[in-house]
Formats: sequence, structure tokens, C-alpha cells
Amino acid sequence: MSKLLEVKDLHLKIEDAEILKGMEFSLEKGEVFALIGPNGCGKSTLAYTLMGINNYHPQKGEMIYKGEKINELAINERAKKGITLAWQEPARYQGVTVREFLSLGLKSQREEVTEEKLKEALNKVAINPAQYLNRFVDKSLSGGERKRIELASLILMHPELIILDEPDSGVDIVALNNIAEMINYFKDSGSGILLITHSEEMLEYADRAALVCEGEIIRQGNPADISEYFKSFCFPCAKEEDCETEVAS
Amino acid sequence: MNDYQMMVDAYKEAGGDDVFADSEVAHLVLERDKILGMHAVEGLEVEADKISNDTVKVKVTIKEGYKIKNPVHMCFGVLPKEGRQKIEMKVEVQKDAQVEVRADCVFPNAVQVEHIMDAVINIAAGGSYIYKEHHFHGDNGGVEVIAKSDINVESYGKLVTKFDLLKGRVGKIDFDYEANIAEHGTVEMLARISGQQDDLVKIREAAHLKGESARGILDSKIALKDQAEAEIYNELTADAAEAMGHVDCTEIIKDQAIARAIPIVDVRHPEAKVTHEAAIGSVDSTQLQTLMARGLDEEEASEVIIQGLLND
Repeated sequence: MSKLLEVKDLHLKIEDAEILKGMEFSLEKGEVFALIGPNGCGKSTLAYTLMGINNYHPQKGEMIYKGEKINELAINERAKKGITLAWQEPARYQGVTVREFLSLGLKSQREEVTEEKLKEALNKVAINPAQYLNRFVDKSLSGGERKRIELASLILMHPELIILDEPDSGVDIVALNNIAEMINYFKDSGSGILLITHSEEMLEYADRAALVCEGEIIRQGNPADISEYFKSFCFPCAKEEDCETEVAS
Repeated sequence: MNDYQMMVDAYKEAGGDDVFADSEVAHLVLERDKILGMHAVEGLEVEADKISNDTVKVKVTIKEGYKIKNPVHMCFGVLPKEGRQKIEMKVEVQKDAQVEVRADCVFPNAVQVEHIMDAVINIAAGGSYIYKEHHFHGDNGGVEVIAKSDINVESYGKLVTKFDLLKGRVGKIDFDYEANIAEHGTVEMLARISGQQDDLVKIREAAHLKGESARGILDSKIALKDQAEAEIYNELTADAAEAMGHVDCTEIIKDQAIARAIPIVDVRHPEAKVTHEAAIGSVDSTQLQTLMARGLDEEEASEVIIQGLLND
């Protein structure tokens, strides 16, 4: 497997708060790398920084995607290179149909929009195209429906690096199973996945995992071991003196 | 090419359906004060008379109990660069009658054009009048639209107005709609407008829910950019038991555009309820950045969001 993403000594400060403090990790093609950690530890901030979201510009460090430093690229430039992010709470759009929303992913890749492609993507996420293609991507969709439609739009983009920010939060069991299937689908298609999660179930789909604490990766390794460590030392927080901060590779 | 064909062509170019040859579809075509085409169907009467220079008086009657199957198409406009059109419109929807009207107002070449609509609309008990008005003003911004409507909806009657101007320049729009709604009557007034450059939008929509269980919705969605300005006055009053209504005004602004929303909610019965929401701001950053994470640039993403809002 070749390196898809390398994050080196990444620091991010927003106003006076230092949120990322020297993050380091790498991700291979076809690999699922999970980040776990308590709320507020910097996981989502890392996701936004990697995607290039406004105000999340690192002061130090490098983000290298397929051998190219991407620190200065805008969001859409990163997307065109094959990076995308699925938000924890996907945005909703008044007056934009599922058909239009899904078509955007295809258009951005300069691919022809066909009904068959849209239907196929929706079927993959267990959404009935006949019932949903003309619905609006607005508040009338449940959290699970919205997340599955988000995944369908990712399928149509054929991204090489997918950042999934807590894909399992606020979804029912049907959507959860579907999200798990989609993680495997993307992995089998050769995409690298950065999976941000709190859930032990989601960790089962990861090849490797890392524990994030206060803006730093304090441990990396086997997902089961990381999960065990997380449960043992983070709830409640074992504090610095008891916490083994050595990074295992 | 004759005036009629030019109007019909302008109408089709603005997105209107090709219906004027269909004998089952009632229509009226007016260019300035010229009555170019008029066709009625069973249950619907249309009268149009030029009453003075630039002014046409139109009377539309939907007879008691008739439900007009196909939407009535009205095409109004001014084709030259300069001109004035005033329409004095009287609509009478008789008891239990129903009709939908699609009015397309086309001013494709306007540099200095004035379009004035003075309407009186009476909807009798159980009647229903749906009026969808679509404007196409061209790119010069030289249109001034002044529209005034006095509307009366009797018991169990229904009025829906939907105005949209989404392509081309607005120029100047000044609306003043006032509706009185009797018991169990309903009113929905929707406006969707996209303004740019030095366009000016002023809308006053007022609905008075006077009868028990009357319902009202006033919903304006406006997108502005450049130096465009908008003032939206939505007034909803409720004076009777179980009267309910909602006022919603969303305005998205970019550049140096200015938007004002002035909702007036006046409730005078303890069992009546009226709510309102107003939001003015730029395009939501999460919505924007989600689309950018799909590869759209900022301009394209904004356009998707704004068009969605206006199509809603």
C-alpha cells in the first residue's frame, strides 16, 4: 500500500486556544484509520483542517496528500484532487432536491449525470430512488436519511480520501449498518478513510486507530487495543500522571 | 412578425408554456393597451377593454360551482424599450368556483417601462383562486412594477398568490397586497425575488384573519447582490378564535446589498395565534463549505443555495 496522506507536526490555534498540538499520522490507500477521543479533543478540528474549511488554517506542520503539500489549497481544490468530508451534521438545503444534490458530485468530477448513476448510488445506501429523488435535502429528512444521502453523494464523487466525522452519530440501526457497509465499499474501492468516531462498533471497521487527547495523538495501533485503552483511561480521564502518552506505532 | 406573435415568443422565451392554440385553455394576451388575444372556456368569462391610453380594464369571472380544469394563462407585457401598461383587474370567483391563473409578465427590452396592476379580487364562499405570477424583465433593469391588490376571501374561500422574478433584473418593484379573510378562509402569499445591481424591491403584504379558524401564511424569500435593496413588510393580524398564521421572511445578501424585514404581527383574540420568523444574512457557511467539499467553487455553491431557497 502507498501513502495517501501524511500529517506532520500539525499545529492549529484558533484565537488563543491551541487545538491541534503537533498531530502526526499517515494513511494508506484502501485503509480505514480511526481517530477516537473524548469530546473537544480536536478530532473534528483535524477533519476541518484537512478539508481546508475557513478559519482552520494550520500555523505549523504539513498535510501531504499523494506526495503534494495541500496546506494552501482551497476546499474545492482539495475536493477536485479527491479529498472530501462528510460532516457530523450534514447541511440541509431548502429547495434543492436529492437529484440536484447528487448531481453536483458528478458535475464536479466532470462526469455525465445520468438517472442510472443517481439511482445506483441511492440503492447502495438503501434509499429508494423513486421515493427520494424529488424530495428536498431539507429538514423533512431524518438524520439517518440525510447521512445516507450524504454517503450516496460521496459514492458519485469517487473520492480517494474520505473524512467521515462521526458518521454514526444520531442515526438508527438501519442507517448504522448501511454506513458500515459503505465504509467497506469505499475501502474495497481503494479509498483511504479517516474515520472519526466515539463508537466501538465503528472501530471494528478500522484497520488502525489512534487516540486523540487534547490536540495530540497519544497512542496509535490496533483498534481493539486503542478502544480498550480509551475505555480504561479516558472515562474518567486518568490525568497525565497515570496516562501512558507514549505513541505506539 | 405581428405583435401577438412577438408577445407569445417573449412569453415562451421567459419559460411560459405553449398553450395559446389550445381551445381548452383560457388565455388573455395584453401588450401595453393592446388586447392581442383572448379566449374563455366554459364557466369562465374574460372581458378586456381599453379605457384610456395605456390602460386596460380586465374582468375575470369564474361562475358559481365551476372548477376550471386547465390553468388560465395571462400574458402581459411591454415589448419596446419604453412604454407604460396599466391594468385595472377585477376578479370575481363565485361561490364554490375554482381556478388557477398563471400570469407571465414580460418586459424583455425594457429601458424605461412602467407596469401598473391595480387589482380587486373577491373570492366568494368556498371559492378558490390560485394566482402564480412570473416576471421576466430582461437585463437592463428599466422596469418599474407597481402592483396593488385588494382581496376579500369569504368563508371557506382560498387564495394563493405566488410571485417570482428569478432571472434578469428586477428594476423597481413596489407591491402592496391587502387581504381580508373570513371564517375558515385561507390565504398564502409567497414571493421569490432575486435582485442585483441597483434593483429595488419593496413589498407590503398584509392579511387580516378576521373570521374564526381563518389561516394565513406570508412567505418571502429574497436574494440580493451588488447594491440591490429590499424592504419587506409582512403584516398578519388575527382577530378571531382559532385564527392562525405564520410570517416567514428570509433574505440572503451578498456584496453591498441591503435588506430589511419588518414583520408586524397583531393578535387580538386569546385563542388566535400568529408566529413569525425573519432571517437576513449571507449564505450559510456550512451549506457553502459542504458543497465546496464536493468540488464546487464558492460562486457555484452560493448559486445552488440561493436558487434552492428561491425555488422552495
